[in-house]
Amino acid sequence: MKITVKLFASFRAGRFDIETVEYPEGTTVADVADSLKLPQSELGIMMVNSRHVKLERVLADGETLALFPLLGGG
Amino acid sequence: MPTVKHWRCFRFWAVGEMGTLPIFVRDHAEGQLLPWKRQVEAAERFGVTLAHVEGVVLERGLLPARYQRNCAALSCGDQLTLFRSCVAVVGCGGLGGYVVEELARLGVGRLVIIDPDLFEEHNLNRQLFSSPGNLGQAKVQAALARISEINPAVTLVPIQEALSIENGAGLLAGCQVVVDALDTIKVRLELADVCGGLNVPLVHGAIAGWYGHVATQFPGDDTLQSIYSSWKSGKGVEQTLGNPSFTPALVASLEVAEVCKLLVGQGTPLRGRQLMIDLYSMELNVIDMAESNRESS
Repeated sequence: MKITVKLFASFRAGRFDIETVEYPEGTTVADVADSLKLPQSELGIMMVNSRHVKLERVLADGETLALFPLLGGG
Repeated sequence: MPTVKHWRCFRFWAVGEMGTLPIFVRDHAEGQLLPWKRQVEAAERFGVTLAHVEGVVLERGLLPARYQRNCAALSCGDQLTLFRSCVAVVGCGGLGGYVVEELARLGVGRLVIIDPDLFEEHNLNRQLFSSPGNLGQAKVQAALARISEINPAVTLVPIQEALSIENGAGLLAGCQVVVDALDTIKVRLELADVCGGLNVPLVHGAIAGWYGHVATQFPGDDTLQSIYSSWKSGKGVEQTLGNPSFTPALVASLEVAEVCKLLVGQGTPLRGRQLMIDLYSMELNVIDMAESNRESS
């Protein structure tokens, strides 16, 4: 199935801004993050089709996943 | 009757020679503005604080001249509201320094500044109140010195303590708005809880490298809990991305704009929304944080 992945802020460095990628059925948000070598401890807001989701959310063909890093500095 | 005459005579003398503070203010206003030197003169002559004089000026519908460029954006009535307001700034580092400076210049009457830390050399690239001469000094004391210099009519309460769930309600009591200028996610979440309990809005800001975000959490909302719902422990990506000078300045300014709107009750705050700032790509994104926009699974 095809998932469009949108990366934001520091996640873009060495990766991409937006890309449509082929993933096997049953792929979760966590699987996509792992495949992109994004540490789970750095994951902030995660959205599928502009709605907030959790790591274990199973993706469906044609969905768009957006990943933002966790920012905590002041 | 002679006694009454004498009293009247005394009153006449008192008003004629000394005047009263409101009369002094009226007589020395230039148009709608009272120049700073007159504000200082009034405080000295009547033995009151500069803040007291500022209150009298604003209550008469006049404006301390230092705020004249606030006009149009803010009315005299708004300026009086700001003067009567108390804002807590939690954290006095990269974000907090700029937040405190801007709130003081804006004319917010009372600022409660909370930070346990001392200035260190690695703060010098961005923390507004840090300088080579005050390394080792408490950040809140440096803030007090700076604000006393740039706007002595502002009452600044320095609290050199770490905020926690235990002491938060006591430290923030009496504030109308709280600003999150912290650098740890754990304490941010505690602060959000404390503000919810106190029924006070919280203006949140966080930064890392070229990036930042801002959101305003109203009582009853769980915006911060949602932003950090995947956090388990430790710091965010700022640990590896650092903090250059421009990101805190920008995010702090956005936070102050939110505070200003909340205090004067105008404009549209970032309620239920998070503004994401990417200065590297020069992109701004607004994320809908409303509970209705979350999947339950």
